[in-house]
Amino acid sequence: MTLSLRHTRYVIGENAITFGAFLLFLGFVLLAIFGDAIAPYDPLASNASLALNPPSAQHWFGTDALGRDILSRVLVATRLDLGIAIAAVAASFVAGSALGVLAGYWGGWVDAIAGRVIDTIMAFPLFVLAMGIMAALGNSVENIIYATAIINLPLYARVIRSEVLVIKTAGYIEAAKLSGNTDVQIMLRYLFPNALPVMMVHISLNMGWAILNAAGLSFIGLGVQPPTPEWGIMVAEGATYIISGEWWLAMFPGLMLMIAVLCFNLLGDGLRDLVDPRKRT
Amino acid sequence: MAQQSKLRFIIQRLLAAIPSIIGVVVVTFILTRALPGDPAVFFAGPSATQEAIDQVRASLGLDQSLPIQFLRYIQDLLKGDFGESITTGQTVLYDLTTRLPASLELTIAALIFALAIALPLGIVAALYPNSKWDHLIRFLMTAGVSLPTFFTGLFLLYVFYYRLNIAPAPTGRLDLLTSPPDRITGLFLIDSLVTGDFEVFIQAFCQLVMPAITLGIFALAPVARVTRASMLAVLSSDYIRTARSHGLAPLKILWSYAFRNALLSILTTMGVVFSFLLGSNVLVEKVFAWPGIGSYAVEALISSDYAAVQGFVLTMALLYIVLNLSIDIIYGMIDPRAGQ
Repeated sequence: MTLSLRHTRYVIGENAITFGAFLLFLGFVLLAIFGDAIAPYDPLASNASLALNPPSAQHWFGTDALGRDILSRVLVATRLDLGIAIAAVAASFVAGSALGVLAGYWGGWVDAIAGRVIDTIMAFPLFVLAMGIMAALGNSVENIIYATAIINLPLYARVIRSEVLVIKTAGYIEAAKLSGNTDVQIMLRYLFPNALPVMMVHISLNMGWAILNAAGLSFIGLGVQPPTPEWGIMVAEGATYIISGEWWLAMFPGLMLMIAVLCFNLLGDGLRDLVDPRKRT
Repeated sequence: MAQQSKLRFIIQRLLAAIPSIIGVVVVTFILTRALPGDPAVFFAGPSATQEAIDQVRASLGLDQSLPIQFLRYIQDLLKGDFGESITTGQTVLYDLTTRLPASLELTIAALIFALAIALPLGIVAALYPNSKWDHLIRFLMTAGVSLPTFFTGLFLLYVFYYRLNIAPAPTGRLDLLTSPPDRITGLFLIDSLVTGDFEVFIQAFCQLVMPAITLGIFALAPVARVTRASMLAVLSSDYIRTARSHGLAPLKILWSYAFRNALLSILTTMGVVFSFLLGSNVLVEKVFAWPGIGSYAVEALISSDYAAVQGFVLTMALLYIVLNLSIDIIYGMIDPRAGQ
C-alpha cells in the first residue's frame, strides 16, 4: 500500500505539468456540471444601466454592452463549449475507429474506399471544410458537432488503421482466429482494445483543437448564435469594443478558451510520454 | 537515367493529385447545392414575380436535375467561370484574383515569422534534450498553439494599438488615405519595392506585422516540434558521430551535416502547417479587416452568396493541393532516395 502510494507520488513528481493539467481538467469538468449553480447572476439577464462596466467587486469580469454579467456568462458557457468538443471528438473517434479497424483488418476494396474518403477530406484545409459544412447544414449546435467530427475523422481512421496493420500480424490474433473467433469478435475484442492507448493521446490533443474549431466557427458567425453564452461568440461580441478600450468583454472568455485548450494539449503531451516515452517530441 | 526517374516521379505525383482534385470538386458542388436560400429569388430581386423567378432559375440552370447541373458546373469551371457574386456584383473569379494576393502575402509573412522563431528554438531544444530550456520551449510552443488566433489578434490590438499606440489601426493592408502601389504581383511589399515607393512599402509592412505574428504564432508549435524531433534523430546518427570524431567544428557539423538533413522531415510537415495557416487565415482576416479571400468568404457566408462560397472553398482546396504537390516534388528533388 505504502509502496504504491510512493510510486504514485513519484509518477506525479516526474510529471508535474501533466498532473497540473489533470487537476485543471477536473476543474473544467466541475464547472461544466455546476456552472449555472455557481454563476452569481443570470447569464441572459440584461440591464441597460450596467452596460459596459469594468470589472468590479459586484461584477468580477465586468459587464457587456447589454449589462450582462460576464463572469456568469463565461462560467455557464463551459458546459456548451466542452460539450460540443466532447460530442464531436466522441463521434469522430467512434466513426474513425470503425473505419480504421475495418480498413486495416480487411484491406482490399474496404481499405481503398476508406482511403479515398479520407484523402478527400484531407485535401481541404480543415477549418475551411468546417466552414463549408456549417454553411450547408445551417447554424445549430448539432451541426457544429457534425462539422467538427467530420474534419477530425481522418486523424482517427489513419492512426487506428496503422496500429491495426501492426497488431494483426501478432501471434495472439492468429491464435484468436484459430480458436474460432469471427472477424467481428477479433476486431472488437483484440484489435480495437490494443490500439486504445495510442488513441487516448490523440483524443486529448484533439479535444483542444475541437474546442478551438467550434469557438472559431462561432466567432465568424457560423455556429452557436447569440444570446447563448459561448466563448467564441463572446469574444466576437467583445471584438468591436477592444479598440475603444473595453478589454474585459473579449479578454475573459478568450482567456478561458485558451486555458481550456492548453489544459487538453498539456494533458495529451503528458499522456504521450506515459504511453510511449520514445515518441516524445 | 537519374533525370528520367525524377521526371517519372514528378509525373506520378501529378497523377496522384487528380483524385483529390475530383473529390474536392464533387464535395464543393454538394456543399453549395445544400446552402440555404434560393439563389434564383436572390438574383431576381425582391419585387420579382414568380414568373421572373422561374426565368432566372432556368437561366441559372437550377431547374435541371442534379447530375446535369453538375456537368454544367464542371463545364463552367473548365472555362474558368466561377459564377457571379450576389454581394459584390462582380464575377467570383475577379473577386478572388484581386483578393488572393492579400491572403498570400499574409500567409507567407506568417510562415516566415514562424520559421524564423521556431527553427532556432527547435534546434536548441534538440541540442539540450530534457534540459530546462527544452521543457521551457516545449511549454511555450504548446501555449502558442493553444491560443485562439482571433483572441491573440484582439489582444495584440488592445496592447499595441489602444494602449501603447505603436501599431497602426486595423484598417487592412494600408491606411485609408494611401493608395495601393501599381499592381504587378498584387503583393504590396514587392510591388512597392519594384516601383520604388518606399513610403507605401513601410506602411504596408507596418500593417502586416500584427496580423502576420497573430497567424504565425499558431504555426510555431508544429514547426518547433518537428525540428526538435528530426534534429534529435539526425544528431544521434552514425555520420554525425564520425564527423565529431574527425574533429570537425561543432557549428559546421550542426549546419552542413545535421540541419540540412533534418530539413527534409521539416519540409514534409509543411503541408500540415499550411492547412493550419490557410484555415486560421479566415479568422485573422476578420479581426484585422484584411481584404483577403477569408474575409470575403465570411461576408459571402452571411449573405448565402453561394457562388462566392463555392469559389472560396474550391480555391483554398486547390491551393492546398498545389502546395502539397510542390512540397512532394521539392522533396523528391532534394532527396535522391525518394521516388526510386
